[in-house]
Order: sequence, then structure tokens, then C-alpha cells
Amino acid sequence: MPQVSRIPRGRAAWLTAALALALLGTGIWFVETPHAAAGTGVVLRWGGDPEGGAPFVEADPDHPSVMRGFDVEIAGAIASGLGRQAEFVPVSWDSIDQSVRRGDFTIGMSGVEDTPARRRRMLETIPYYEFAEVLTVRAADRDRFRTLADLRGRRVGTLGATMAYTLLTNRASADDITPVSYDDDVHPYQDLLSGRLDAVVLDNIIAARSMRQVPGLITQPQPLEIGHYVGVLAPGSDALRDQIDAVLLARMRDGTVQRILTRWGVWDQRQARFEAGLLEAGGRAPSDAPLSPSAGGGVLATLARYLPALLEAAVVTVLISCGSMALAVALGALIAAGRIYGGRAVRSVLIGYVELMRGTPVLLQLFVIYYGFAAFIRLPAFWASLIGLGLNYAAYESEIYRGALEAVPRGQLEAARTLGLSEAKVLRLVRGPQAFRLALPPMTNDFVSLLKDSSLVSVLTVVELTKQAQIFAANSGSWLLPGALCGAFYLMLSLPLAHLARRLELRWKAPSV
Amino acid sequence: MTRTHIEPDGAAILDMRGVRLAFGVREVLRGVDLQLARGTFTALMGLSGVGKTSILRAIVALDPFTAGTIEVDGVQLQAGPLPRESRLRALRRKVGMVFQLHHLFEHLSATDNVTLALVHALGVPRAQAEARAAELLDALQVSGRARALPRELSGGEAQRVASARALATDPPLLLLDEPTASLDPARREELGRSLTTLASTGRTLMVTTHDVEFARQFAQRVVIVADGQIVETGHPREVLSQPSHAATRALLQGALRH
Repeated sequence: MPQVSRIPRGRAAWLTAALALALLGTGIWFVETPHAAAGTGVVLRWGGDPEGGAPFVEADPDHPSVMRGFDVEIAGAIASGLGRQAEFVPVSWDSIDQSVRRGDFTIGMSGVEDTPARRRRMLETIPYYEFAEVLTVRAADRDRFRTLADLRGRRVGTLGATMAYTLLTNRASADDITPVSYDDDVHPYQDLLSGRLDAVVLDNIIAARSMRQVPGLITQPQPLEIGHYVGVLAPGSDALRDQIDAVLLARMRDGTVQRILTRWGVWDQRQARFEAGLLEAGGRAPSDAPLSPSAGGGVLATLARYLPALLEAAVVTVLISCGSMALAVALGALIAAGRIYGGRAVRSVLIGYVELMRGTPVLLQLFVIYYGFAAFIRLPAFWASLIGLGLNYAAYESEIYRGALEAVPRGQLEAARTLGLSEAKVLRLVRGPQAFRLALPPMTNDFVSLLKDSSLVSVLTVVELTKQAQIFAANSGSWLLPGALCGAFYLMLSLPLAHLARRLELRWKAPSV
Repeated sequence: MTRTHIEPDGAAILDMRGVRLAFGVREVLRGVDLQLARGTFTALMGLSGVGKTSILRAIVALDPFTAGTIEVDGVQLQAGPLPRESRLRALRRKVGMVFQLHHLFEHLSATDNVTLALVHALGVPRAQAEARAAELLDALQVSGRARALPRELSGGEAQRVASARALATDPPLLLLDEPTASLDPARREELGRSLTTLASTGRTLMVTTHDVEFARQFAQRVVIVADGQIVETGHPREVLSQPSHAATRALLQGALRH
């Protein structure tokens, strides 16, 4: 047996650990190094999420480049109070904090919630809106599901990385409910109506808007929790924050804020009481009461809190990756066989399938399978993810197998034929096994790539590794520790795979004598 | 056309008549007539590229022929496109082939190469098939390499395993393409003796070869091919001592130069 150089098993494990540690170290270093935001000049750059939609921030249907909404008008009022011009910077909602820290804009405000984590890491203005987390159910369930306690053993949806999601996860074990995290606030209500969920918990403004769009739902009057929208600034800009607080108070006092909120239909009794109390206290928000004990305690404590959930998410990642790979391999082999042995019609259909799957984004395919097909078949998110990725990767696998099948030397097939094996047996006993050896390296490559692509299924409410890291990132206001952990987990999954593939290849591809 | 009519008596196991075979416009076989008597050992000879291998490939239905007929032990092959494999079952039982480059199945051990057809084409129980393989490998003196993969075998070993594979299903006609090409003289001698033994038990053998000495020593009959046709046939001593055709003389001169 000739000597072939390869990384010994011990060293591969070592490398994994070292890489993971390096990632972690970089993460921790960055966590403690906030980037001060630029905050001067004649313009006030403010960030918001246009996808949030009315009444928060939306593009004016008549002038798509112009933003409107109550957040837009309050930002405008703040800017003019500071003697500046408001300039809008679009940003996705769950990266508002990071963008403020990076200095992309000075203040973020589009339904930004006041949370303990945000207060620890960022600067918050005084609240300008008080909202309630409310429970929305199907009209038929009005009397059955009045509170979370009525939803024992059921699935409750919400927008990921929000106060509502934290509320649901905190109650998950006590009330035995399954929180389901969405990337947007429209699909939870559609899934509620279609029966994939039994309730949705979200801010009353969002609930009211969705009930107008999705018929057949009702919202229970009893709020589950009270929250506040604030503006968020980078740490270190205290002076500007105080100026902004003063402007906000002045605009509340002179009725500007009330006029804006009324115009957008979100001024109510709760708001009137809240503003009165805030003005009376001279700007000290009720939520300035001491925070619940922070879940801090250094990096190790944070790690200890993250690890169990990340482990669980890693299991989901592994299950989905292995399941969809198995499907892709089986289906890919059938497609490849059909393209080589099938008639003209079969071949055209299969080519069409392969080109469709390779030529359109897998994200779109996942959406179509989960939401588009919901009218005919309501697949659970896990199965929709597994099938969606499997169907997509089957196209790539089939191309690999087709190439490998065609690369099996003709002499091997002729020898099998002269022995009296049927075409099917030639394929099963000679051509297939030999092609498999040729296909193994690109297959491993695809499997590693699938492992990472499985993060895409978070759009279908599946909480896998990346999604879990995202949730921690949103809760802690920083991507770096969760991101480093997440990366380390993926490496721990993919490096052994690469190692295994190398060993198999060596065994099969030994030089001929 | 003097010696072509000196045919061995007895019913022919192979009967080729007017077989033509073309690759595109290039005609490789231009009307081949050939009969083989049962239990004989024939050497098919000729310079490179004259169509020897094409004759074998036409008989085992790996290449389609354009005109003529081939009959193997009662099984008829017609000119035209190759039939589907399912319609060739009868033929496959009648004729075995050992390829020049062996084409052993790369992913299977020597034993598994030999048992594959027994188990999967004839449905012989595995234990029985393995006993048969052991017997054949032993008879061909490669039993020590039963577990080896093809890439671990020497050229001579691979050839004997390939012969065992072709013999496993016990076809009455066995074709070997250039079996002497990669053998040293001692091995060649061994091969010749085992082929003679096989022929003496009633099996019919035909080998293609350039090796005049080998043919002279072991074959009962030589068939000379030139330019896609059979130009001379007869007993090796006659044909190879008093060649009547220019192609045979060219073959003998080539052999002298070696």
C-alpha cells in the first residue's frame, strides 16, 4: 500500500477545535468594541424597515421613493426639533441595532421595542408609543382560546426576535405551548387561518392590521404584556439622546405626537394614559423601573445559556440535511437513470425538471412548497423543508450521477452483457456501483453545501442552527458570540464529513498495479 | 478457394455466412463465411486491423452486422440493429467471451467476478456459485488470488480470472481475444495446455492471435483473415508451413522478425 499524505484523525479534530476557538475569540473581541456612530451634521440619518409596512414605515404607493408612516413622521419631528433634515436609511428590522452601532445611521426607529437586552447594549430614547402584546385566534376559537393557558399543547406563532417571541419562549414550558418563529408578520396570520397555528401573539398594531387583511380572525381584548417603542442610538451618544428626549417630550406636550398617531389610526385610550403619565413624570418612562435581573455574567455564563438551544438546533440541522440528502440521492439516481435509459418524452420531462430546479432560487422553491401548495397539501414546516431541499438537490445530484454513469468504461458494460445480465442488472450490479465511486467526491461536496443551505429553511419557521444564532443575536444585540458559536457548530459537522469522504476515496481510488 | 472447403466434419456450432460489418463508411468485415466444428480449438489469425476482433464482437452481438447471418448452436442472429438484451438471453448461454483487456469488474473481487453471472443471470444459489468459482479458479491456478480486486492482479492472473468468469456459466463456445498478447513463453505454454484440455472435453474454442508458434503448437485449425475476409483455413501445419495466400506469408514474415 503506497503512502498517501493526509491529515491524521487526531490532527483534524485539533484543527476543528482551533478554528472554532479562533472564531470565538474574534467574536468576543468585537463584542466589546462598539463603533461610535457619527451623529453630527445638518441631516439626521435615521434607519427603519420599509417591510414593516403601514402604519410604521411604508413606501408611498404613489411615490415609491417617499416613505410614510407614524415612525416616519415622528423621525421628521425629531429632526426638525434638532434643526436638521431627516434622511431615511432602509434597513432590515432585525439588524437595526447592529447598523446603528456600525454608524450606518444615527437613530433607528421602526417599531423598535424597549427590551432589557437592548437597554444593556444600546442607548434608548424615551418611549413614544405604548403597545400591547395581544392574542389573535380564529373566530371560531373565540371562546376556546382566551389566554395562553388555553393553548396547552398547541402551536403559537409570532415574529422572530421580538418581545412577543421572548414572551412565548418564556411561557413555553409553563403553558406547554410550541412557539413558532416567523421572519415576517403576515404569514403567521395566514398560517393561523389555514390551521398550521392555533394562535398568534404580536403587537396590537400588527394584529389590528392583519385582521383587516385576513378575514375570520379575532383578537382577544386582554393584553398579555405591555411594551414600548423607542428610538435606539449607539452607546456613547448620550448627549444627542438627551436632546432627542427633550424634543420628544416637547412634541408630546404640544400635541404633535398625538396628531401624528391619530392620523395613522393608532391613538387610543392606552396611549392617552401613557403620555399623560410620561409627561407627569417628566420623561421618566414607567419602564424605567429597575429591570429584571440581567442574564449577564460573562462569556462563560452566556455560552452555558446558548449551548443547549444551539445543540438542539444543530440536531434539527443534521436531521434536515441528512433527510433531504437521502431524498436527493434517491431521486437524483432515478432522474439520472431516466435520462440515460428513458425515451425521448421521459428525457425531456427530466431535463425540464433539472433546469427548473437549478435555474430558480431554492428560497423561492421553499416558499412555493410551504405557502404556495398550502391550498392543496398543508405540509408541516419540517417536512416542507426536508422535501424542498431534497427536490432541489436531486437536480444537482442527478447531473453528478449522469456524468458518473456515462464515465463507466464501455468495456465493463460489454463484459456484463456478454455474461447474460439484463440491462437493469448491468445498471444495478456493475454500472451503478462503479459510478457511485466516481460520484462520491462531488456528492460529499454537495452534502457539505446542503448542510449550510439548510439554514434557508428558517424562512419556513424551522429553528435550525443559523436561526437559533439569529435569535440569540437579536436578543443580545450582537451577532458575534452567537455567530462564532454557530460557525463552530457547522465546522464540527462538516469537517468530519470531509474527512470521511477522503478516507472512502482513498480506499476506492488506490492506484492500480 | 482451395483450402476453404476442407471443413471438419460434424455439426457446426458456429455458422457465419456472408457477414458484413461497417463502422460508418468503413467496411470492417466484407463477407465472412466461417464454420466451427464442436470440440475444436481454432486460431483466428491475421495482421492488426484486419477484422479479427470484429468477427468475435459480431458473434457475441456487441456490434451489429449489416448483412449475412450468424448461427450459434441453433441460435440465429440477423443483420441489422442489435436486438434488446432481453432477446439475446439464448445467445448469451451459448457463447462466452474473454476480452483482450479482460474488462474484469473493477469493484468486485476475483471470486465475485466469477459468481456474478451464476447468481444474477442464472439464479444459482450463492454458496453453489462460490463452490463453482473456487473450482474454476483452482483449475486455472489462480485460487490464491480469489479475494483480490482486479487492480491487484497481474496481467496473466487477470486473464485467467476473466477466463474463469466466461466459463462459469458453461457456454459451449468460448471466444478469447488475443489471450497470448501479454504472456511470457512459460505462461503461453500453460494457457495453450489448458485450452487444449477444455477443447478435449467437448467445448469449442476460438482465439484470435498473432502468435504463429502458439497456433502451430496448440490449434487444431487456423483461419487467416485479411482485409475483412477469410482468405485461408486449414490445419496449422499445412497453412503455416505452405502458405497459399500473401496475407499468411506476411504474417509468417512478421513472426520471423520477432
